[in-house]
Amino acid sequence: MSLADDLTRPVEGDEDTTPYSERGPAPIDVVAGFGFWLFLLSDIVMFSALFAAYAVLADHTAGGPDGLKLFNRGYVLIETMCLLFSSFTCGMCSLAMERRSAGAFHLWALVTILLGGAFLGLEIAEFSRMIAEDAGPTRSAFLSAFFTLVGTHGLHVTLGLLWFVSMMAQVATLGFQPVVMRRLRCLTLFWHALDIVWIGVFTIVYLGARW
Amino acid sequence: MTESSSKGHRTPGKPHSGVLTYLAGLGFAIVLTLASFWAAGTNAIWEPAVPILLAALAIGQMGVHVVFFFHLSSGPGDTNNLLALIFGVFVVGLVVFGSILIMSNLDANMVPMDKLMKMQR
Repeated sequence: MSLADDLTRPVEGDEDTTPYSERGPAPIDVVAGFGFWLFLLSDIVMFSALFAAYAVLADHTAGGPDGLKLFNRGYVLIETMCLLFSSFTCGMCSLAMERRSAGAFHLWALVTILLGGAFLGLEIAEFSRMIAEDAGPTRSAFLSAFFTLVGTHGLHVTLGLLWFVSMMAQVATLGFQPVVMRRLRCLTLFWHALDIVWIGVFTIVYLGARW
Repeated sequence: MTESSSKGHRTPGKPHSGVLTYLAGLGFAIVLTLASFWAAGTNAIWEPAVPILLAALAIGQMGVHVVFFFHLSSGPGDTNNLLALIFGVFVVGLVVFGSILIMSNLDANMVPMDKLMKMQR
């Protein structure tokens, strides 16, 4: 058996016995989901460049305040929990969507928006406190890298919140049509990916500030 | 077909019991997050080991998110998604570790600032 036969042979447990080469294009749900998955991975690669910049510049405080002086761990823990619970309620949203339950969907989407909004509010308050303490992005290379990395994540959260509001409006007006469901699945992937990036942020930026 | 036999054949990659999966993911993630914050603040752990422990906890929590929230599995339906993820992780590793390696090497080879000033005079 040649390698080509091996690769095109249907996997065991697959009900459809047609070889992959003769099945035609994949259904649009699969294509859209995979395309969005690739976008998310490229987004995470962009974040990795910002993480690398932060790791390189974290010690270059130019005589200004360092992370140990600026960050409050308890505050960051509250931010983290807001985002983590919003990830859970986002999962509840997608379960409500699979059940076609508009009421449950709107409720969980609202809770997700409130938790995401709380995270964003805490972050904006932290940024403005730091800028008021003369520790803004222009103070040192360390702070430039910090504001770029954490600010880019915050910008993503803002876009995700706007996307949630738009999806609530689409479910209210269009109902659970296939196109709305596809967009919702992409949105839940986006929201969970933001939580994964935040794990990197709180580990490297906030908890790593001791070294 | 009875209820129990239809439950035995589930499409791979689809969430199983729904709420329970998300609750389990949330529970694991909370425990790992609290463990990270505890490890960073405690004196009970030998200090040079703390960054490694933090990295392990963070990678574990990312794994929890991928399995319980993304529902990514090693099943046949997820092969493409998994391959893309592995490539993404590879690129992220290259960018982060490559940058740190190159920059620390350049930093170590830099002429100290006071000597540079004397050379310019």
